[in-house]
Amino acid sequence: MSRKAKLILKKTISIIFCGLVYIFLFLPISVIVVNSFNATTSKPYLTWKGFTFDWYVKLFDNSTLLRSFGATIAVALISTLLATAIGTIAAVGMYKYKFKGKNVIDGLLYIPVVIPEIVLGISLLTLFSNVHIPRGMITLVLAHTTFSTPYVIFNVRARLSGYDNSIEEASMDLGANRITTFKNITLPVLAPGIGAGALLAFTLSIDDVIVSYFTNGQVKTFPLKVMESIKSGVAPDVNALSTLILIGTIILVILTQSNIFKKDR
Amino acid sequence: MAKLSKHNFRSNTLPAITMVGPVTLWLGFFVAIPLIYVFIMSFCSIDEGYNVVFKFTLNNYRRLFDPNYVQIYGSSLFIAFLTTVICIAIGYPFSFLIARTTSKHKALLYMLVIIPFWTNSLIRIYGWRTFLGANGWLNSLLMALHLTDTPVEFLFNRGSTVLGMVYCLFPYMVLPLYTAIEKLDKSLLEASADLGAKSPSTFINVIIPLTMSGIFSGCIMVFIPSLGYFFVSDILGGGNSDVIGNLIERQFQSGNNWPLGSALSIILIAITLLLVKLYQKLGGDMDSLGV
Repeated sequence: MSRKAKLILKKTISIIFCGLVYIFLFLPISVIVVNSFNATTSKPYLTWKGFTFDWYVKLFDNSTLLRSFGATIAVALISTLLATAIGTIAAVGMYKYKFKGKNVIDGLLYIPVVIPEIVLGISLLTLFSNVHIPRGMITLVLAHTTFSTPYVIFNVRARLSGYDNSIEEASMDLGANRITTFKNITLPVLAPGIGAGALLAFTLSIDDVIVSYFTNGQVKTFPLKVMESIKSGVAPDVNALSTLILIGTIILVILTQSNIFKKDR
Repeated sequence: MAKLSKHNFRSNTLPAITMVGPVTLWLGFFVAIPLIYVFIMSFCSIDEGYNVVFKFTLNNYRRLFDPNYVQIYGSSLFIAFLTTVICIAIGYPFSFLIARTTSKHKALLYMLVIIPFWTNSLIRIYGWRTFLGANGWLNSLLMALHLTDTPVEFLFNRGSTVLGMVYCLFPYMVLPLYTAIEKLDKSLLEASADLGAKSPSTFINVIIPLTMSGIFSGCIMVFIPSLGYFFVSDILGGGNSDVIGNLIERQFQSGNNWPLGSALSIILIAITLLLVKLYQKLGGDMDSLGV
């Protein structure tokens, strides 16, 4: 075989291989999207009965489903906000100052990242029941903030490596105080890292199943609602909402992606 | 860095405390203390009403050696191993191709790996069940092509659980590999070729060692979670291929034996610590696990 033919063969195999991987990744999503247009009304909603937009309309009459969606967004927004605030400040503090016990904090940070989520879930359940915090929205926010904060810190930290302290000193020499300096000098430099961390925190939160499963009480987030409905067959309106959420997230990321891709610069 | 001055406290210690204090308190209260609770609880007993009583016992640990449990640990470790091997076998060449492509759509190709993961993981796993089920798309297709007369049972075995695990954890393998491969210095590969190395030998002696960090962190991020993802084996394994996570989940929900569930969690914690220690020994960077 000539060299050129070999190259073409190599390229074709590569494209087929990658194509198959992408098919694997998108296959179950296409099942969800297609089934959201399924006109069937009988459980377990699997046989194809024709095309309809009905479920996208009916979705807005299903108040428990909408409420679960609202709870998911509320928990995600509040926990992202908390994790981003605590994480950003902590990352800067840990970068700038040397102090005893830094290793301990580092060690604690890695725990929520590497430990299986179920262990985090049951340990928080044990805590909440021992100190008598009733499980609900508050415990969900506390739990989600706990697993999100390390990701914010790592992302901000990645941005901090190579950060030049002297620009802060220059700002303070010119008469700005610590807080003004943090707001006008430090934050803008770190913004891409903070943005990437916050986005990660948000997506981790809206998708979380396992930790929420143990800390939710009576509140059903959307993933938990799905878990409940799997036993009887997931209704097409759940598929419709999933499709809308997917589209929403894609739009959100396109709007913020300019920040993410600047991260490596 | 601490400067020697009489205002040392005001200028360094105070801001350090205000900045690092909140995260320390948070991690202490919501990570350290809960794990201590679990540890203590694993030595507690339960009364007839399944309430936890603080009476020291080693019974929970004794029960961990129940042959039924031991068999599930083995099966769970096997599932985790298989998942990791498949993820790396598919993920490595795939990451290599998209990280080193000259296509102008490289950023898009990368995003296409992440986008599926913005749909809820449960519903995607359920999507697999719909696809593979007795009335699913695949069986309908096979029957329409007359390849089979009765539906093939693809679900509710170890294979379908591994499929679900690979599906859920694949990006955790690809992302660190992609980062490591993208960092490869092209001139090193050329140098190896110039010195007469054939592609397989360049691959084994240059590329693999240089991307080892990505391989290690990918393996850690795939192996450990797959021991705990109880919903995957629930939905796709149908109770025939439980993982350690299923055992723990049952004790904290229907079984209602928290001390036993805690002792089972200690196994997962021990495995995690062991693997992370190994990872660090091999030179793995902890920060790269979270970005």
